[in-house]
Amino acid sequence: MRGRRLWAWLALILGMIYFALPLIGTLEFSLRMRRGEYSLDAYRVILSDPHFHATFGFSVLMALGTIVLGVLLVVPTAYWVRLRLPRWRPVIEFLTLLPLVIPPIVVVFGYIRLYNTSSWLPLTGSVGGTNLLLLFGYTVLALPYMYRAVDTGLRSLDVATLTEAAQSLGAGWITILWRVILPNVLVAILSGAFLTFAIVIGEFVLAALLNRPAFGPFMQLIGANRAYEPAALAVIAFAITWLCMGLIQLVTRFQKHTQIRQR
Amino acid sequence: MSSKSGLSWLGIVPFLLFALLFLLLPTMNIVVGAFRNQAGAFTLENITNLFQPSILSAYWISIRISVASALLGCLIGFAMAAAMVLGGVPGWVRGPLLTFSGVASNFAGVPLAFAFLATLGRLGLVTVLLREWLGVNIYAWGFNILSFWGLTLTYLFFQIPLMILIITPALDGLRREWKEAASILGASNAQYWYLVALPILWPSLLGTFALLFANAFGAVATAYALTGSSLSIVPIMLFAQIRGDVLQDPHLGYAMAFGMIVITGVANLIYIGMRMRSERWMR
Amino acid sequence: MAFLEISSLQKDFGSARVVTDFDLAVAQGEFVSFLGPSGCGKTTVLRMVAGFETPTSGTIHIDGQDVVSFKPNQRNIGMVFQSYALFPNLTVAQNVAFGLRVAGRPKAEIQATVREMLALIKLEALGARYPFQLSGGQQQRVALARALAVKPKVLLLDEPLSALDAKIRVSLREEIRAIQQQLGITTIFVTHDQEEALSISDRIVVMHNGRADQVGTPFEIYNHPATRFVASFVGSINVLNGILLEPERGIVALLGDVQVHLGRPLAGRQNDEVTLALRPESVTLGGNGGGVQLKGQVESVNFLGSVIRLSVRVGGNLMLLDGFNQPSSPPPKVGETVQVSFGAEDLMVPGE
Repeated sequence: MRGRRLWAWLALILGMIYFALPLIGTLEFSLRMRRGEYSLDAYRVILSDPHFHATFGFSVLMALGTIVLGVLLVVPTAYWVRLRLPRWRPVIEFLTLLPLVIPPIVVVFGYIRLYNTSSWLPLTGSVGGTNLLLLFGYTVLALPYMYRAVDTGLRSLDVATLTEAAQSLGAGWITILWRVILPNVLVAILSGAFLTFAIVIGEFVLAALLNRPAFGPFMQLIGANRAYEPAALAVIAFAITWLCMGLIQLVTRFQKHTQIRQR
Repeated sequence: MSSKSGLSWLGIVPFLLFALLFLLLPTMNIVVGAFRNQAGAFTLENITNLFQPSILSAYWISIRISVASALLGCLIGFAMAAAMVLGGVPGWVRGPLLTFSGVASNFAGVPLAFAFLATLGRLGLVTVLLREWLGVNIYAWGFNILSFWGLTLTYLFFQIPLMILIITPALDGLRREWKEAASILGASNAQYWYLVALPILWPSLLGTFALLFANAFGAVATAYALTGSSLSIVPIMLFAQIRGDVLQDPHLGYAMAFGMIVITGVANLIYIGMRMRSERWMR
Repeated sequence: MAFLEISSLQKDFGSARVVTDFDLAVAQGEFVSFLGPSGCGKTTVLRMVAGFETPTSGTIHIDGQDVVSFKPNQRNIGMVFQSYALFPNLTVAQNVAFGLRVAGRPKAEIQATVREMLALIKLEALGARYPFQLSGGQQQRVALARALAVKPKVLLLDEPLSALDAKIRVSLREEIRAIQQQLGITTIFVTHDQEEALSISDRIVVMHNGRADQVGTPFEIYNHPATRFVASFVGSINVLNGILLEPERGIVALLGDVQVHLGRPLAGRQNDEVTLALRPESVTLGGNGGGVQLKGQVESVNFLGSVIRLSVRVGGNLMLLDGFNQPSSPPPKVGETVQVSFGAEDLMVPGE
């Protein structure tokens, strides 16, 4: 018993050292820009770089767009499949899991070939079209996380009964989705949304290959040309990821809270 | 209700259309392209062209890195999750470790590469400290962050947490009574793990392995930001090919992408097969 | 020394003492039930016998050997869990074979034993099934066969019937008792269901707050409860408070002014308060039940099948009485005033 606990602590502590070292190393490195003393110079340089603002803003917009499109696509579908088309569930689930199997670089390669300027739908021909294509690509990437979160949320609801209750009170489909289903899976949607945000904000391959000025390619460019700024960027990116995960924890805890209150 | 059911499939048309246009068709386009020549006729030449030393070695090192990082990720992640769930450590360890795993499993791509360069690069913290405190120059020993082991070590940063996140619920599902029933029937701890616990966990372990494998195999950003194009792994070769046609033959690019789908596809088929096998005894 | 002997057993969890001064001697082949509400310590005692918990102090001897320092897998004990705890990845036959397999017995012997055990629980045809393909009752029988296959010295049953439907619960408990008697295996059965304990045990240990309140045969436990707790936990009971009028002649005043002659001396002094207990079946509707005659108003009538349970308000007290159902005489209606009677000799004095 005591021996087992010793091994458990050993495994956890070794693991924690492995995870802590890169974070400490990055933080330390990011402060080393000024010779001989620690300073925030690297952060100052990055944060005052107009490209940082432009690309970060672009990626935030993309992330928000992805979340909206993802919700519009996933919530009605997951709801409808649960309510009316349970036999389609395996098909839909398979489709939503495909992005985990097909490497993103293959998908975007397909986009470039399928939607180039000489194709039937020349999305890459214009800036707006390419942005749209990038948005669609991000939505595909977010699909597994979004669908799983929403479907798990729906599982804990009695969708059929809720729907019938709403219908018996005279609600139409839009009202049911907007006023009944959406509020009840809001926490699941928010969890999926924060995860999507964390994934999209630093995404590199799609943006680079579609040649869009996103945050990911910007970071790569800085990494190829500067010494200390990349470490500062890594710290910022890690903080953003941590923030997203923290928000997920927060909303889930909030949900538990309200559930207890309801009982 | 039944009167409407004939048209109820219309409700998922938007989703199916989206999946078709932006997931299935682009992928099919690549697959079909892999079997066509410039003129659009059927050919196996693209596939046979994959079997040239530079491409084969790229696949080989990609597979090795993916297997190594998935295997180590599974083993270490399992050890940490088991320590957390079964090791008798206090309960407060759990929440922070799971939250951190959520963060670290999503902390991939370009910034992760920066973090490891800042840690294990030539001027990285650990490299410097090892040299100054212990007199150990890991680069003189042949370590390089831009190598097989460097990349594997970096990938582990998201592979281990992913394993912890996936396997923890499975470990929680191991009922205490199974262990007790086994031990009262005379089984040792090892016999319990070999005959009961591991067979029960096997599908989860294997499924996670497949996922981690695909995860590492398709990863471009981390490797690209870490090594530029100095390490020839498949996704980076393909990336360079798409950007600038290094191979001078776009259809060879199709074939490379097709090869990636085949490999991750096979990994997942094995997983699905194993899961079905395991579901014989599962509800 | 008895076959299974537990002496001065004590268990603390942190500062909470969950088992206090527990002594018990079980003869070989005996079927003993631990009966009590949840949290009374009965499962903790069982788990200490199994070896899953270590006693804070005290000894446990099985067949003359002190097993406290033994690990569970060294004790040669069979155990059946409330949740069946069948290994889901193994078939029925593999589950039953598990103990023999880990002991490294030859294949032929394992096969023969598995066949024998499956025949014992009458599931010969289901050896190749997986646990999830069985009903709860079938799973629990397999768990029993698995526990018995290693020919254990002692069989421990931890609320094995609690997860099952009422009907199966009754048939399976009869089956367990029959198998136990057939094999002559020393058995401890933990339950919170008094009917279960009364129906299948040789002896019952009624536990309360970590102590054994009473150890005795079902007949003794039911008819001569040692404490007020035993009296109220085992079966339904009417508790009557009275004043002791004459201790040596056993005269008590009940319900204010009814004088009752118990016909035996009682402990205590004159004018002490005493608690008397009376089983509902000892009370009769009408005047033929015995010397104590009372009048009251019917508050409720519960038709339980073969038995009809009335609750009648007598003075300030509510009194339960059970009578057999007789098609020719329907029970009184709620609100009716009725006469009830019982014999003074049926009054129990808990602890006497």
